[in-house]
Amino acid sequence: MKRTFILEDLDCAHCAAKIQEEVGKLDGVSNCVVTFLTTKMVYDVEDDKDKEVEKKMRAIVKQMEPDVEVISK
Amino acid sequence: MTKKLKRMIKRIILGAVVALIAVVVTKMTEGFSWGKWASLAAFIAAYLILAYDVLKKAGVNIIHGRVFDENFLMTVATFGAFGCGEFTEAVAVILFYQIGEAFQSYAVNMSRKSIKSLMDIRPDFARISRDGEEKEVDPSEVAIGDIIIVKPGERIPLDGVVKSGQSSVDTSAITGESLPRDVDAGTSVVSGCVNLSGVITVEVTSEFAQSTVSKVLTLVEEASSKKAHAEQFITVFAKVYTPIVVGCAVLLIIGGSLITGDIREWIYRGMTFLLISCPCALVISIPLSFFGGIGGAGKNGILIKGGNYMDVLARIDTLVLDKTGTITKGNFAIGEIEVSDDYNGRYGEGAGDRLLKYAAMCESYSTHPIAVSIVNKYGKDIDKNAVSDIKEIAGKGVEAVIEGRKYCVGNSKLMKDALSEADYPEIEKCSDVSMGGTLVYVAEDGKYAGHLHIIDEIKDGAVEALRECRKAGVNSIIMLTGDNEKTAESVAGKVGLDKFFANLSPLDKVTAIEDILENNKIGKVAFVGDGINDAPVLTRADIGIAMGAMGSDAAIEAADIVIMTDELSKITEAKRIAKKTLRIVKENIWLALGVKIGVLVLAAFGIASMWAAIFADVGVAFLAIMNAMRALRAK
Repeated sequence: MKRTFILEDLDCAHCAAKIQEEVGKLDGVSNCVVTFLTTKMVYDVEDDKDKEVEKKMRAIVKQMEPDVEVISK
Repeated sequence: MTKKLKRMIKRIILGAVVALIAVVVTKMTEGFSWGKWASLAAFIAAYLILAYDVLKKAGVNIIHGRVFDENFLMTVATFGAFGCGEFTEAVAVILFYQIGEAFQSYAVNMSRKSIKSLMDIRPDFARISRDGEEKEVDPSEVAIGDIIIVKPGERIPLDGVVKSGQSSVDTSAITGESLPRDVDAGTSVVSGCVNLSGVITVEVTSEFAQSTVSKVLTLVEEASSKKAHAEQFITVFAKVYTPIVVGCAVLLIIGGSLITGDIREWIYRGMTFLLISCPCALVISIPLSFFGGIGGAGKNGILIKGGNYMDVLARIDTLVLDKTGTITKGNFAIGEIEVSDDYNGRYGEGAGDRLLKYAAMCESYSTHPIAVSIVNKYGKDIDKNAVSDIKEIAGKGVEAVIEGRKYCVGNSKLMKDALSEADYPEIEKCSDVSMGGTLVYVAEDGKYAGHLHIIDEIKDGAVEALRECRKAGVNSIIMLTGDNEKTAESVAGKVGLDKFFANLSPLDKVTAIEDILENNKIGKVAFVGDGINDAPVLTRADIGIAMGAMGSDAAIEAADIVIMTDELSKITEAKRIAKKTLRIVKENIWLALGVKIGVLVLAAFGIASMWAAIFADVGVAFLAIMNAMRALRAK
């Protein structure tokens, strides 16, 4: 399934690229794209791993950019 | 201004005040034995206020094994400065770093806002009429077949057909076309356009997710995932740049100290290096430039599906065009009217007009596009009561009786049935001399009377548009068409094409484009079609451009670039926007790299201070962002 999130207050392009890389590496995730300009994160995830991936993704964002708020859409 | 930015500014001011106090403390305690410690304590206080988030991030990153990170480097550089006894400089560096970050954040926010306002075509609500009541609902809740009401000044939320009311519609958000379009019952309208003058009711024909406005928005937003060469270069470059600069800094410190023995001086120079080691200016400004270019093009009704297509667009030197709907209007107009010698002999001067009049009368009940164009050409009121015994023969034409005479209007197949053996060869003769286009024959009481020449009109401005294309660097314009040789030749001659291929099936078109691609080794080949039956060719060309795509799903899917209106001039405009965007990208690469390398060299020789290094880092990023925003104002 396709998940979309808004990463509010993301203002470091470098971090956006790093978040994309790290989340893309998570088990069950494919085609992860973080668009810096629209502060949007989109990825495909295997249905049964969705919850787990979301938790890990939030942890990654928190760690890289503590100021960013992840809003699911 | 965002909350985060406000917080940042407050912190910077507080930090600056504490830093100022620290400077005063340093001056006042000069000469006391404990003075140095008081000064250090004051500066550390200022430093912590300004740098705590950087320190925290650096710590977290080290725990996770990420060393080459700007936070870490900033920490090392400022610790180094403290170590060298340069307290003022250490605090100043972090202060200016934070000011720079705030500026960057501000600039990024500004650019996001202008891009958002550009894409502000998402409708907020749909006013639906259910059980006689009007209700405002979210556009996504509206189903196909629902009736919505759109008042003047409101955005049309979903694609549909006007059921009642009259108005004019501003389509500029979708097409870039500034002239409003008149609509009334039966006209289809596209979501994202603004209703200007009257109240209209619209029967919805697509769900919100499938509507034009949703498609356009998704397309533009996802465009940045297809990266251009320059963007890929930056991604790779950013990965190696930081380690190289850090390596140089280490070499500089060790090598310099060994040679001159002045460790303190070389540590300072090395720390200056570290401050310039973040590739931020490039990493932010390059994607921003492309996004700006894509946004600017979108404003003009040109959708570019990715930064990578900008590269290709700028290098197009061969333009391959489909005929119908691309060069020509795709509707039918009446060209010459020829009358037979016999008919001419009977009616003299007005024979041609008479032929048109009777043809129009016969066709007056038909809805076929050719019939409509004949009636329109005649233009006068038709007394339908005078026409009797009308028989429409599918695939052939129409028969009718007017004023006691039997008329047949149609193609050569109809004539074969209608004409005597002796007259039929005349038909075959005229199909030979035809200039291209379609012929509609008219027979009166079984005798050949003449024919109307139906041509597909060339679009207004097509000739100029193609001339402009040549000026913009296209040196070969080729047409592919399924139409016959003569029609193709006549169109090619009128608009000034280099070459044309006629009588092509959709499959032949693919073969033709492959040949053209084979023979073009230097530039890029663009194919321009209406996207309805050209999908395979659109995907095969280096770049596929679909025209007149407003409301056509197939075209939006298949093409790389979608032009919402059907103006050929938009091709040149798209090429120009691509070139401008790429130029801005190049400027930014040279600006950022030039300044950074310059400051690195100066720092190695001990000429550039940490202050210069901070400018090279955040100052350049700020300038590059500002430059990138020019791409948005594409006109």
